[in-house]
Amino acid sequence: MKRVKRRYLALQLDSDEAPSQKELMDTIWNAVVKLYGEVGASQTNLSLIAYDAEKKLAVIRTTHVTVNLVRASLASVTSVAGKLAALHVLGISGTIKALRKKFL
Amino acid sequence: MRKIFADLHLRLNWRGQNAALTMITKAVALGYHLIAVPFPPETPENEIEQLRAICSKAKIDFASRVDLRPKTSNDLLRALRRCRRKFEIVAVSCENKQVARQAAKDRRVDLLNFSSPDFRKRFFDDAEAELASNSLAALEIDVRPLLVLEGASRIRLLSNLRREVALAMEFHVPIVVSSGVSEEKLLRKPREMAALMFLLGLDESAALKAVAGSPVAIVKRNREKLSHRYVAEGIRIIREGDDC
Repeated sequence: MKRVKRRYLALQLDSDEAPSQKELMDTIWNAVVKLYGEVGASQTNLSLIAYDAEKKLAVIRTTHVTVNLVRASLASVTSVAGKLAALHVLGISGTIKALRKKFL
Repeated sequence: MRKIFADLHLRLNWRGQNAALTMITKAVALGYHLIAVPFPPETPENEIEQLRAICSKAKIDFASRVDLRPKTSNDLLRALRRCRRKFEIVAVSCENKQVARQAAKDRRVDLLNFSSPDFRKRFFDDAEAELASNSLAALEIDVRPLLVLEGASRIRLLSNLRREVALAMEFHVPIVVSSGVSEEKLLRKPREMAALMFLLGLDESAALKAVAGSPVAIVKRNREKLSHRYVAEGIRIIREGDDC
């Protein structure tokens, strides 16, 4: 079986309040499902790797073939936990180490 | 080479200096190098210059823009005569077919904007695309409705936009992606705007061209035309004086 290449995205949450880890992931999943449906969302293999509520920084993981799909979904987020917010992608990398070095 | 990212439709309150400065600072932080702000056609020159000064302080390039909403093609021609030399960008909101056709074939129009979500009021079809391809007009897509609409209305909008983008690509009409937002939280990074264009069937290079290449080319072309050294296409004054 072909090895799945992963991509790590560093995210900056632009919001007045810091949501919980669950609220953040629910928002991202909802955005993906709204735009691409459940089949599309199932192909992304999304998972939250790290979340710093104080700095409002998060790292999520997806597959390299669905990076554009996830980027489009993240750009469509307008609220998190009922509060106006935006999720900005700081950078994308193939390894967590490189992501932390370059963007966090 | 570093890309110059532009947002040609930043709807900010240019009379409230603090609100304007907040939005401009945000645009700089998100990575924009050029913004265009729409003004009413009768805006005095000094108000435009005030905003230009604020942008200059924030270290971002500024272009003045006018949004024309004519009822008939004659109204459009009159408005173009009045506004073309006053603003760096002229956008036309096409609310009926007659205006849409006139705007597409007029070389003074830079951007064609179809803001209505109703597909019967979106006039970017084959004929419109062909006319636009022979003039200088580009198709402007505002990201704001994609962010604020939900459910069936967003599905319909996506479907219409996908059809329009495909037509624009087929007829080589430039596509310009703008934010069209007036709220700070709805501003997106240029690459995020490009990512939203994946939803409309654009690939990465075409999407980035819509955020960086095409809008910058429009502003550059118009600045050259508005400069006092411009005579006609391909002809410009390079030196004046007795020794010429």
